[in-house]
This record gives sequence, structure tokens and C-alpha cells, in this order.
Amino acid sequence: MKRTPLYNKHVDLNARMVEFFGYNMPIQYTSIVEEHNAVRNSCGIFDVSHMGEFILSGEDAESFLNKMTINDIYTMNPGDAQYSAMCYKNGGIIDDILVYKFDNQYMLVVNASNLEKDFNWLNQHKPDDVIINDVSQETGLIALQGPDSRNILQKVVNVDISKLKFYTFVEDNIDGRNVIIARTGYTGELGYEIYADHDSIQKFWDAIMETGGLIPCGLGCRDTLRMEMKFCLYGNDIDETTNPIEAGLGWITKTGKPDFIGREAVLTAKEHKTRRLIAFEMTERAVPRQGYKLIFQENEIGFVTSGTQSPSLQKGIGLGYVQEGNHKPGTEIGVDIRGKMKKAIIIKPPFYKQGTAHL
Amino acid sequence: MNVPSDLKYTRDHEWVAIKDGIAAIGITDFAQGELGDIVFVEFPEVGDSFEAGEPFGTIEAVKTVADLNAPVSGKILEINEDLDNDPSKVNSDPYGDGWIVKVKLSKSHEQDELMDATSYEELIG
Repeated sequence: MKRTPLYNKHVDLNARMVEFFGYNMPIQYTSIVEEHNAVRNSCGIFDVSHMGEFILSGEDAESFLNKMTINDIYTMNPGDAQYSAMCYKNGGIIDDILVYKFDNQYMLVVNASNLEKDFNWLNQHKPDDVIINDVSQETGLIALQGPDSRNILQKVVNVDISKLKFYTFVEDNIDGRNVIIARTGYTGELGYEIYADHDSIQKFWDAIMETGGLIPCGLGCRDTLRMEMKFCLYGNDIDETTNPIEAGLGWITKTGKPDFIGREAVLTAKEHKTRRLIAFEMTERAVPRQGYKLIFQENEIGFVTSGTQSPSLQKGIGLGYVQEGNHKPGTEIGVDIRGKMKKAIIIKPPFYKQGTAHL
Repeated sequence: MNVPSDLKYTRDHEWVAIKDGIAAIGITDFAQGELGDIVFVEFPEVGDSFEAGEPFGTIEAVKTVADLNAPVSGKILEINEDLDNDPSKVNSDPYGDGWIVKVKLSKSHEQDELMDATSYEELIG
């Protein structure tokens, strides 16, 4: 099993370790609820070094990426980050990704589960002059998330981050090493993601931990935090059988672009919607889980793709696909919880509305 | 890992304390650690009867859900209603305030099939 550069820190902190797509990762240090609440109320630090990073360079990198991704690359300026996705010709989602634009190159951040698939897909389609360099094995990634993250991070970096806007990044030089500080995240809170080489990321982790006022957080609360925001998780809520329209990713799908792989299928999906990814909360005490059936007036209308007890709302919440027409907020549905019908209501996302991401 | 020597155990990681034909039942320290933050316990009704091995309730944690299987046959005498207000007692005090149900035994010989603390410690290694 692969280890991130921060593996030894997790072991020293007595984290509970689990396998996550080939990586030995911390799922929790003390308690999912405690770690979740730290991110909502103060600050938490995550090791997400398992994520993959590709550097794309070459004169045609921009036009190539615009063809490979569903969002509009041409709207990006150097220093911008963009949430996007890659689709097959049939509209099925290959992966959801982050694109970072530098002066002369791009960085793509991909899910660990899809790294090889993405790399091969990009290479199959690239023009000769585009160079794709997989730097995942040399790159560490820390997410620092929560309303206190700005104050904590400012103590350990040289650049002024007070003006850093949502979904932008800066480069910093710390002890002679290049570090990327991006105001991005997966929690709905004010937060930053820091990319650096292994040695630097280890020092960074220690420096941040020494400031106090935060706790280490595992993948367990990363999942509950993202669910409360209705952020999709690849493999649960989106995959090769779902298209971005039904997944609620129409906002990053720029069908106005002249061409990208999957455009025709996405246009069709826009005109003939068959199902939607919805967010629902339980109105009875119950916890929905992946795979449970969703019911409307005794008819099966879909299934749960992600579910948990929400630590912030203290009730069961879930995401799932339902037939078009049954998807509207306010619709009362049922969830088949191991043979027992429990009541739920479709809500307008996010579940948690006090997030500080835009502070 | 806390495994009190005066209790009996099952392979499903439940503990049983038997006194005067009545069994108090809960989940072990190991089990609560594996489940993580417990959200609620779904109890049977007082008066319900179960055969040993039959599911009598469920325990929901943030990350997962587990069946509660009857370690012994009998009738439910009492459920720990305090857990409705504070299910985290199962995490913080699994052998004390975190008890789940009390059962009147219907088959006295079954208790001989339960594990003692030494065997249970071997099971969880």
C-alpha cells in the first residue's frame, strides 16, 4: 500500500488508518464529529496527498484542455483555479478535476481513484507539442479548512494571503522551495490547499500544527463536510454512467464552447432530462446510506448515492438520483432503510448554509 | 482495550452480564471504537421476544450501521432510554451507562456458550 509523505505523522498521532484507492490514509484521529465541528467552527488540517497532479505545458495546452474539459479554460487568468470535469463522448463523467492556470503551464488535480485513467485519456488525445507530466509521486497536498484557516496560515507563509480570493492561488517561496497556496477546498468553509514537495509538505504540516488552534482531520469528516454542501464525490454521486447535467454540474458545463468531448451528449441531456441528483434530509430519525431505495407514493423513483448523519444538522442527510419530475425541493419522499420506510424531504442545497468559504 | 473479566462476550462484539436470570446487554469497547461516533440506537419494544442470534435492533454510527444480535434468547424487560438523549454514552461508557437492553432469559443453558474475557481478548487480538 502506498504512503503519503505525512504517513508517519498520522501513525504518531494514533490515527485510524484505512486503505483508500491504494493509499494508507487516516480516516479519523479522534472522532469524525469532533473533527467535523473543528472545521465548521475553527480549523482543521487534512492530508490529501493521495490526490494526483499533472503539469501540462506546450503552446497548444490551452486549446487542448478546452477540448478535454467541460468548463471554459479561456475565462481563466494566471493565478485562477477552476472546478471542471472530463467527459466521454457519451457524456459520462471520467473525473471531476481542478485546473490551475500558471503563466506558462496548467496543473490538473485529479482523484486518486482515476489517476491512471485520466493520464491515459489525456495522452490518447494530446497533440504532439503538449507535454503531460505526472508529478503526483513528488507532490504533497495539505488542506487547511475552517474560519480560522486564514489567520493560522498567515503565520507560516511569507506572502500576504489576506487578499487571496476564492478559487485563486499564489506561489510562495519558503526556505528556498516553491509552494502553491490555493484558496480552494471541499468543505464549504474558508480554506486553503497547499501543494509542495514531500520535504516541504512535512515541514509545513509541523509548522501549522505548532501554531495551535486546530486539529488534524481525517477522510471521515472530509466526507461528512462535503456532503453537507452537496459536493459530489466521484465513485458515489458521479461516475462514468452519470452526465454533468443530471449531476447538477450544469454550472461548470459550458455548452456555449464550440467544441469539447461530450458536448453533443450533454446538449441532448439538457433537453431530455431523465433524472436528477437531489439532496434530501430525513424527517424521521434514520440515516440513509449508499444504495438505499428512494420512494415516492409507493413507487421506487431512485437510489441514494451518498448518505450520513449530518454532524451540523444532527439529522440524516443524503444525495441520490430520482426520476425527473420527482426532484423538486419540498417533495416528500421515503427512504427504504433496511426494509423500513422512513420519511424524508427534498431540500434546496446546501444542507449547511452558514459556510464561510466566501469570507 | 477494556475487556472486563466479569462479563461474557459474543463473536458479534456484544457483552452480557447475567444475574438472577436477567441479562444486561451492550456492545464492547472494541465495537464502539470500530463503529466510531454513535448516532442512535434503534431498540426493540419492551416485551418483544428474540431467539439467540436474531437481530433485535440496530446501532447507527456516522460512518456505518450494525445489527444488534441477541446473544441469548429471551424477552426484552427494559431498554436504555437515556441513549435517545445521549447515544455517545455507548462510546464513552460501553460497559456502564452505555448498556442497551435488559432481557429475561428463556433458555438458561445458552449462557454457557458465551465467551469469557480471555477468549474474547484472543478474538479481537
